[in-house]
Amino acid sequence: MNQSEESETQLRSGYENDPKGPLASIQLLSGEPRRKLDARFRWLCVTIAAISVLVLIGLLGSILLQGVPSLSLKLLTSGPEPDPSEAGIRPAIFGTLWVCSLCALFTLPIGVATAILLEEYQPRNRYGRFIYSVIQLNISNLAGVPSVVYGLLGLTAFVSMFGLFGSRTSQGGGGLEIGVRYYDQFFSEGMRSILVPVSDPSQSVSKPVDGMQGIDTSGNPVALKVISIGDPLPIGDELQYTLFDDAEAGRITKKSWYHFSLPLGRGVLTGALTLMLVILPVIIISSQEALRAVPSSLRDGALGLGSTPWQVVWHVTLPSAMPGILTGAILAMSRAIGETAPILIIAGIVYISRAPQNLMDDFTVMPLQIFNWISRPQEEFHSLAAAGIILLLGILLSFNALAVLIRQKLHKPLS
Amino acid sequence: MTLSLSIGRLLRPYRTQSVFRPFQALLLIGIVATAVGGCAKRNDGQSNPESADAGERPNTELQGKIDVDGSSTVFPITEAAASRFRKLYPNVNINVGVSGTGGGFKRFTRGETDISDASRPIDASEFAAAVEAGVKMIELPIAYDGLTVVVHPENNWVDQLTIDEIKKIYAAGDANSSAPKLWSEVRAGFPERAIEPFAPGTDSGTFDYFREVTVGSKNSLRSDMSTSEDDNVLVTGVAGSAGSIGFFGAAYYEENKSKIRAVPIVNPETGKAVLPSADTIKSGEYSPMSRPVFIYINAKSIARPEVKLFVNYFLTNAAEISSAVGYQPIPAELYQQGIANFSGRKTGTHYLTTEGEKRGGALVDVFQEQNLRETP
Amino acid sequence: MTSADSLVTPTWRGDLDDRVGKYLGRSQRSLKLVRGQETVIYAMLIASGLFSLLITGAIIYVLAIETIAFFRSDGVTFANFFGSTTWNPLLGGTKSFGIWALVCGTMLVTAIAMLIALPLGLITAIYLSEYAPRRVRNVLKPVLEVLAGVPTVVYGFFALMTITPILQWLHSGFSVYNAASAGIAVGILCLPTVCSLAEDALQAVPRGLREGAYGLGATRFDVSVKVVVPAALSGIISAFLLAIARAVGETMIVALAAGSLAQATLDPRQQVQTMTGFMVQMASGDVSNYGTEYYSMYAVAFTLFIMTLALTMVGNIVRRRFRETYE
Repeated sequence: MNQSEESETQLRSGYENDPKGPLASIQLLSGEPRRKLDARFRWLCVTIAAISVLVLIGLLGSILLQGVPSLSLKLLTSGPEPDPSEAGIRPAIFGTLWVCSLCALFTLPIGVATAILLEEYQPRNRYGRFIYSVIQLNISNLAGVPSVVYGLLGLTAFVSMFGLFGSRTSQGGGGLEIGVRYYDQFFSEGMRSILVPVSDPSQSVSKPVDGMQGIDTSGNPVALKVISIGDPLPIGDELQYTLFDDAEAGRITKKSWYHFSLPLGRGVLTGALTLMLVILPVIIISSQEALRAVPSSLRDGALGLGSTPWQVVWHVTLPSAMPGILTGAILAMSRAIGETAPILIIAGIVYISRAPQNLMDDFTVMPLQIFNWISRPQEEFHSLAAAGIILLLGILLSFNALAVLIRQKLHKPLS
Repeated sequence: MTLSLSIGRLLRPYRTQSVFRPFQALLLIGIVATAVGGCAKRNDGQSNPESADAGERPNTELQGKIDVDGSSTVFPITEAAASRFRKLYPNVNINVGVSGTGGGFKRFTRGETDISDASRPIDASEFAAAVEAGVKMIELPIAYDGLTVVVHPENNWVDQLTIDEIKKIYAAGDANSSAPKLWSEVRAGFPERAIEPFAPGTDSGTFDYFREVTVGSKNSLRSDMSTSEDDNVLVTGVAGSAGSIGFFGAAYYEENKSKIRAVPIVNPETGKAVLPSADTIKSGEYSPMSRPVFIYINAKSIARPEVKLFVNYFLTNAAEISSAVGYQPIPAELYQQGIANFSGRKTGTHYLTTEGEKRGGALVDVFQEQNLRETP
Repeated sequence: MTSADSLVTPTWRGDLDDRVGKYLGRSQRSLKLVRGQETVIYAMLIASGLFSLLITGAIIYVLAIETIAFFRSDGVTFANFFGSTTWNPLLGGTKSFGIWALVCGTMLVTAIAMLIALPLGLITAIYLSEYAPRRVRNVLKPVLEVLAGVPTVVYGFFALMTITPILQWLHSGFSVYNAASAGIAVGILCLPTVCSLAEDALQAVPRGLREGAYGLGATRFDVSVKVVVPAALSGIISAFLLAIARAVGETMIVALAAGSLAQATLDPRQQVQTMTGFMVQMASGDVSNYGTEYYSMYAVAFTLFIMTLALTMVGNIVRRRFRETYE
């Protein structure tokens, strides 16, 4: 302090002492108030930064507190039940797995292709540049659209497909179908189920005829034995294949994993496509960034050797940009895992007992199941919801960690 | 564009990357550790499923899928029935949705679902849509739901309410007067506190029934109240402020007795104020606020053995299932009649006259054979 | 001619393909084929580029058709939609479809969220970019990333179970569902977004500016607030606008915590219903038939879409117009 004052006096000794001189109006600032201000601002920054840490600790702490008592193997192995002590989240976990992997399968090719188009294939004329700028603007706009709007779009475009293919009945779609086998199921007097294969789904349900061939649940062929009302029931093994002649069959379907039918209805495929709409802009933007980070010297070298543009992209640019693209994709997928609103709009099923078995099967996802549990009045369900949140956060954190791993391990210096 | 900057930032290596995110690693380890530790704690010793009645083993033969959708009020009953049925027949898959009574009917009348949960009978436009699509339905009542009017526990001025007072609180205002804002406008002697009304979502059967009973189906309820289809939201709302009032199904009241207080309703016939309870609802004393809830079955689906077995199981055990989840069973003879209707494939609804008018009245009166309007 | 011939005595005769193939020693490959492949691949890339345009087109088509149907139905007029502040599509004697009630709800929640996210986010960004030592960065950045990655259902749960009781304890005028707790939760959600985007913008300012200021004797505070922030202003404003767009589109938190009563009020202690909350309420299967109420959901979605579109475009324009480029 003294030193600065001294120096001020020294500086002032020359010209400033002359009140009429040119430097009379100059005020030398002491550094002190500014340093104090700096120190105070630094404290403000630290406090505010600490707030975010505190908020996170509070959030996670309250969830851990509520959720840990409910964490158990039962949570992972059983499905939703009305009794909280038996309920679990298994169908939701598999639903999330199915939907998110399908979503990644659809989004990555389209997203990376669009990014390659925008970054590597620069337009040469005015119209091309205009179209590119429109596409770029469009993508950044789409990134800001709320996910509910995508849910509405999915509802119209994928679930009912603009009404083009009729509506989906409880047994199947109205339009094209593959991967389905139809059976008529008879439930015999011996409490066994016998399936009669049906070749033409439009024919009406089979009537029981004595000697009709069918298969039982193990796949062995059996013959039906049909008796009239009033006849004595056979005893022993024959009872298992016995039916009265007024028995009715129900048409059931056995679907392979690749079953596909139009309209898409509320299945896993629809969920994946709707989520694709949500994360596509994010993947495009992150892939663009990754591609931009590849130094042009690499590209120029390849071009100089006589490669075509696609060869440059495929053999040179993409491998170098792959860690960045993968990281971006993983971060986008972790966003997709947490999305609730679009799935809520397209598929409102709340009680589902098993994991999805084929592409068009009904499903539920983890955030939706958690949302449903929060809405129940019993406290144990709140605890279950918190446990589900812990699981979900665990999955998300591992995704983040995976992204960091990729970033560190695969990142090679490129120039 | 700036989004791209941020993502680019994330992708470029940080200046400090010598350590693998210690914070995240620690968090992950902590979560895994608590999960493993939590596993040891929670140990429900029960291993016998409820289905082991009389040594019956689950039948894994029957397979198939049943689609159910509709009211969120009826959902707990259907869910309980589905869960118990699946213990007997584990390979039958039953999916239950909660699109609301109206949403469920919309899908049902298009043939998309096998069973529709409904907290009110089907109405004329939905019936017409079913007729047009060729869907025949079987109407089955399964339980009584007592509508409970609740207030905040600290609300000590409301000892009982008449239907007229409820009407005053909830009815929409007209040209002359607006809906009351203070309790003192409802009855002289009530304090001058603000009324905060809560109600279930407007498409729920609960809402329709409440409206029919209080102001009449032709009139409307007040517009400035908070609605939600989620009854737990309503419970939280009423439990949150002293001047609030709300109504929802008795089951939710039973679950949350500590947070809210039920109001005795004056029965217009007897003049006595009655609190809702299992007995008063079943005997009809708690009137007119108890109403039946239904399931509607698609007649085409009944041919399927899994659907037939499920509905039979449902009807046979409905009394026990509904009590277990907080509803009240209807008289046993109505269950029998329902089973008879179901076996006999008597399609149609009892709640619409041939002219398309709604038929009102108590369940025991309406659910009679002569009232059945067939689906053509 | 043999390959030995062409290697030893290169001639300009013969097929280009031939020469290239033999010279490079690879199996002969028609350049035409390669060019054909290139064209096909280019076409596929263009197709995926146009796919994103198709998405926007589909959104506009789907929303616009139902919105037109909405405006065509009885009881709905432009004057009522844009002029009235009462939103009663389902209750009450008179139906009123004044959008301002919902917009007001959205704006109130967004304003509260921005009050939290913008200042705190900017200051945290300044701290991270200018002040923080390496160890603090190592802790703070993951914290922010985790906060950004938490699903919104969790925030809604947190708002309902924790924030609201705290608010009610502070001041008794808060009703159970209120705009303030939803706003606070949305603010916490947007804070990491603002922070990372603003930090990017601050980092993009070249070191030369900072060095010059330090050389003139400025303190760190002077450099940060008087030099770097103004230089990065376009990026910061763009970050703000993006955060606002995100807060406007937030669905689950407001569906759980903000309430379901659409009223045009500025009191944060009251219930409000936002546009997104209304859409969730409608889409959870409330309305039975395709009636005016169902179409109103699409009209609200269309308004929301236009709002977020406008915000993003303004953000882009601001960034480009006001960006200061150095060197």
